[in-house]
Amino acid sequence: MAIELLMPALSPTMEEGTLAKWLVKEGDTVSSGDIIAEIETDKATMEFEAVDEGVIGKILVAEGTENVAVNTAIATLLEEGEDADAAVTSSAAAPAEASSAAPATAKPAVAQEDDAPAPQMNLEPDWPEGTEVKQQTVREALRDAMAEEMRGNEDVFLMGEEVAEYQGAYKISQGLLDEFGSKRVIDTPITEHGFAGIGVGSAFGGLRPIVEFMTFNFAMQAIDQIINSAAKTLYMSGGQMGCPIVFRGPNGAAARVGAQHSQDYAAWYAQVPGLKVVMPYSASDAKGLLKSAIRDPNPVIFLENEILYGRAFDVPVMDDFTVPIGKARVWREGDDVTLVSFGIGMQYALEAADKLAEEGISAEVIDLRSLRPIDYDTVLASVMKTNRCVTVEEGWPVGSIGNHISATIMQKAFDYLDAPVINCTGKDVPMPYAANLEKLALVTTDEVIAAVKQVTYR
Amino acid sequence: MAAKKAASKPNVSSDELTEYYREMLLIRRFEEKAGQLYGMGLIGGFCHLYIGQEAVVVGLEAAAEEGDKRITSYRDHGHMLACGMDPNGVMAELTGREGGYSKGKGGSMHMFSKEKHFYGGHGIVAAQVPLGAGLAFADKYKENGRVTFTYFGDGAANQGQVYETFNMAALWKLPVIFVIENNQYAMGTSQARSTSSPDIYTRGAAFGIKGEVVDGMDVLAVKEAGEKAVAHCRAGKGPYILEVKTYRYRGHSMSDPAKYRTREEVQRVREERDPIERVREMLLTGKHATEDELKAIDKEIKAIVNESAEFAKDSPQPAESELWTDITA
Repeated sequence: MAIELLMPALSPTMEEGTLAKWLVKEGDTVSSGDIIAEIETDKATMEFEAVDEGVIGKILVAEGTENVAVNTAIATLLEEGEDADAAVTSSAAAPAEASSAAPATAKPAVAQEDDAPAPQMNLEPDWPEGTEVKQQTVREALRDAMAEEMRGNEDVFLMGEEVAEYQGAYKISQGLLDEFGSKRVIDTPITEHGFAGIGVGSAFGGLRPIVEFMTFNFAMQAIDQIINSAAKTLYMSGGQMGCPIVFRGPNGAAARVGAQHSQDYAAWYAQVPGLKVVMPYSASDAKGLLKSAIRDPNPVIFLENEILYGRAFDVPVMDDFTVPIGKARVWREGDDVTLVSFGIGMQYALEAADKLAEEGISAEVIDLRSLRPIDYDTVLASVMKTNRCVTVEEGWPVGSIGNHISATIMQKAFDYLDAPVINCTGKDVPMPYAANLEKLALVTTDEVIAAVKQVTYR
Repeated sequence: MAAKKAASKPNVSSDELTEYYREMLLIRRFEEKAGQLYGMGLIGGFCHLYIGQEAVVVGLEAAAEEGDKRITSYRDHGHMLACGMDPNGVMAELTGREGGYSKGKGGSMHMFSKEKHFYGGHGIVAAQVPLGAGLAFADKYKENGRVTFTYFGDGAANQGQVYETFNMAALWKLPVIFVIENNQYAMGTSQARSTSSPDIYTRGAAFGIKGEVVDGMDVLAVKEAGEKAVAHCRAGKGPYILEVKTYRYRGHSMSDPAKYRTREEVQRVREERDPIERVREMLLTGKHATEDELKAIDKEIKAIVNESAEFAKDSPQPAESELWTDITA
């Protein structure tokens, strides 16, 4: 049976084109790969190749014809021994239902939870009451977390710049080389894009890498591997291949290091499906969340803070202390306003809460800890109680975590709000070097207090 | 360039040669069918065909052992077929259907098979190069003796991360074979217009990585070079570079206006250097196979490809609930 040659789609968006020129005539013999026509699309003139061998029977669309729709029969191709009037079978078994199918009835993400019960605050403590605690710095807690996980799983290793012999640019990996040797604590060259990719590949290959960025500013060199390779592969592989990896290092402003070394990436990473993002404030969270991150089967962005490294907090003395990713911590209960923060922002939120208490304003302070997934329930339950909310973060204001929290509160607890939510953020400028300007660029405790007074109409 | 005489010492059995013919033909016919389905609107988006380059993957797969890994760019259909992935699953992924390797969620550029040690299918030019070295890093860490074939093109060879990777692969003696499939065009830019020094295989020299150039239109030459590279890696000597000179007959993707090279250039390669014709000649002149036997293979391949197309059309679109699955494990 003769085969119909159909007007081909020659680009992802082509719906019709011009049959510019026939390069064959009726009766010509063609074989696979021969150019038989030129077709003009909106972008270019393209060659149309025969994909079967045979003889051109009838030319059904004359050259020069414009607006020929994709999948229109333009000629017939005869097989050996057929004549031009032979019965015709379409080479297209069925038109593309893929492109014409009704679009998925996309529901906005929030609508999915319409029937969900009222949000409940999760106040379960991170460790059982009565557990012995010790004071430990964030730095020590991070090191202990890595060491414990490396003891427990041979596949866990640490790589990054100066993590081994130098003992860590910020001394986070102090002592790890001695305990685990150079096979598992690996100094890399200064080559973020390259070693991030090697780390991701090793995770595909079954290992559990911890990749340290000396600071997250340098991770921008590696952003393609983090987003396109690590975050998306599980989805693109239909669930076959995940990427258990932790990218960690200090994030945000340190002190007087200028614009290129002072940026908070929380909102950037939190936007990406496929990643988990955590940003601890305290030492116990640093430890418990890093241990969870190393065990997690997904890529986890673990955002630390240089200023917090030396600060000491209570850490429980337990054999295996972990904090689940995705659970906020309520640091302080209160009735008048909800302060939502994370990372070093917590310092300002807690200081503000102390000062506000002296003035008789009772603030509830929530540390998100995880930015993807976010513990929305705890935030919403709190706002439904206090009816007011101020968010606090160090990053830039546009597209901030605070913006997202505000939008969520508007959608789900609008009727509970007695004032607009205010986002306290870093200023919308690159970080200046001059001491006075840097101070102005950062969010401050006073700004948080002022925002609280605004939402409580005091 | 006239077709060279088939490899000087064809150290190959009739069965092996016939198998290479069969595998290369499967890729060719599969890709032709994919092009056809694209033209019909059944395959969408980007679709990069491997026609002309078949001897590269078939020759290198002949040098691989069970457990060895492979990773490549977006021009990946040939690699998947050559390592034994199911044509039905590949074609159904091209049409975005439930029966595809990624349940229709990956597409032409993003397929994976842990079972066949195929690690993708990567859409960002050269991103697979450090990833491939990372797979090799994992093998070295586990001391399992496996090697990784990391494929990329002459275009990708100009990306910075390739050289970051060369450095670390050499420094840490990773068992990775960097296969540069030089098809002479980075999308529409010829090598002469994009690459200051034409001998890409020498670019490892600065890192102490051995490299050699191979005729990628000769499956036996590719296999021989592959065996040498594999032996080097398995002996713990670190990475190896193979620059395989090949040619793609079709456009960069389906929407390629083909203005950057002449029709005659393409036609000349097809007529004089075609990798499948070369093996066909060898099979016939060496009396390894008869015309009838080859016809039977052609028919068998056609049936496999037609079946894959039917499967890919019949397989349903993924359930709408799939939108929300596989985001995190």
